[in-house]
Amino acid sequence: MANTETEERQYPAGDDTADPPYLHADYRSTVTKSPSRPLIPLDHTVSELTGPVFDADTVSVGENDLLSDGEGLPLGERIVVTGRVLDEDGKPYAGALVEMWQANASGRYRHNADGRDAPLDPNFVGAGRYVTGADGAYSFETIRPGAYPVPDSGWWRPAHLHFSVTGPSLMARLVTQMYFPGDPLLELDAIYMSIEDRAARERLIARFDSDLGVRGVSLGYEFDIVLRGRANG
Amino acid sequence: MALKRTGSQTLGPFFNYALRREGDNDLTRRSPSGPQADGEIVTLRGRVTDGASAPCQNVLVEIWQADAKGHHTDMDDSDANFTGFGRTLTDDDGWYEFTTVIPGAVPGKGNAWQAPHISLSLFSSGLLKRVTTRVYFPDEDANKDDPVLSGIANETVRSTLIAREVAPGPPRSISFDVILQGEGETAFFDL
Ligand SMILES: [Fe+2]
Repeated sequence: MANTETEERQYPAGDDTADPPYLHADYRSTVTKSPSRPLIPLDHTVSELTGPVFDADTVSVGENDLLSDGEGLPLGERIVVTGRVLDEDGKPYAGALVEMWQANASGRYRHNADGRDAPLDPNFVGAGRYVTGADGAYSFETIRPGAYPVPDSGWWRPAHLHFSVTGPSLMARLVTQMYFPGDPLLELDAIYMSIEDRAARERLIARFDSDLGVRGVSLGYEFDIVLRGRANG
Repeated sequence: MALKRTGSQTLGPFFNYALRREGDNDLTRRSPSGPQADGEIVTLRGRVTDGASAPCQNVLVEIWQADAKGHHTDMDDSDANFTGFGRTLTDDDGWYEFTTVIPGAVPGKGNAWQAPHISLSLFSSGLLKRVTTRVYFPDEDANKDDPVLSGIANETVRSTLIAREVAPGPPRSISFDVILQGEGETAFFDL
C-alpha cells in the first residue's frame, strides 16, 4: 500500500509535464479516442492508495530472460536492460510487476495483427516479466529490437521496448516505452514527440553504460522508472 | 530527493501475448479451481466506443476494487480468495467482461464513506495515457451520500458513472459502457 493518508491529494497534477496530452493530432488515432472534457480531480482515498501487490511467486524464475524461448539464441544484438522502480521521493517500489514486450531484431512482433513483411524469429517471442524486490530493481536479458514502419503512414517507430508497471497503488500504474540513445527516428516519431516537454521526453531514453551488460557478450542500458506516489512503504 | 516522473506512452496494438493470463478477468478466484471469494457474485460487462461511435477493440481494461466487506487485497481481514485486480481485453465489437463480487463500502475523505464502486482503467492504441473512471452500482442507497458522485454537479456527467442493471441473478449482471469522447462521454478522473 502506498500510503495510509486518506485526507487529501498528495500530488497535485497541474504542474506536471511528464505525460503527453490525450490529443496529439500527429498520432492520428488520438483524434477520436481523446476525452474532450477536462479530467475530474479525485481526492486520494483508500481506493487510489492501494493496488495489487505482487511477490516473487507471481512470476517464474527466468521470465525476465527473453533469450531462452527457442532452441537457440535469437538474432540480434544482445542487451541487458536494468533499472529501478522508484516513487517521486526516490524510494524503491517493492512488489511492482514489470512487464516488457518488444519486436524482434527485424522489427516484427509475434502477434497475429502484425502482418508486416518482415521475418519472425523462431527463437524469439519478445515478452518478459519481473517482480521488484526491496531495492526496486528489475532487469531483462534480450536483444535490441528493430525499428518498424507504422502501417498506412510515412513514419517509423524508433527502436523501443514497451513497459507496463503495476502496483502497489492505483496511482502508481504506468504504461510507457523505453527508447535508445542517439536514434535519429526519435524526432520523427509522433508517439515519442507527443510528450511536449523535451526533458520529460528524454527521460524515456535509456542510458548506455559500458559497465552494464556482460563483457564481450551483451551491451547494457539503464532505465529507471519513476511512478506517481511518494513516501511509499 | 524529488524525482520527476516517467511519462506515459501508448500501449500500442501488440501487447496481448505479454500482458494477458488465463483467468485474469475473474476476480473471485486465485486459481481456476480454487475456492471462490465471499459475497454476491456479479458479472460486469460493457462496451467501449470512441468519438465516432465506433467500437474500440483490443483495449486493455483493468479493474481494482475492495472485497465484499470493503477491504482491499492485502489489508488486514481481506478475503484471501479475492484478487481485487482484474484484467481483460475488449473483443472485436468493443465488449469486455469481468466476474467479480459486489464490493463493500470503503472509507473516503474525512469521516465520509464511499458507496461501493470499482475503479476501471483503459489502455489502448490511440490513448497516450490511460483513462480512469469508477463504476457505481444502480439502485444503491449509498450513492446519494458518496463524496465523489456528490462532487460532480452536472447530472448528465455524474450519471455516466452508474452501471445499468441487466439481470438480478444470481449471478447478478450489470453493464457499464465507456464512451471515450463526444455525446455521453464517460466521466474520467485525474489521479
Ligand atoms: Fe511497439
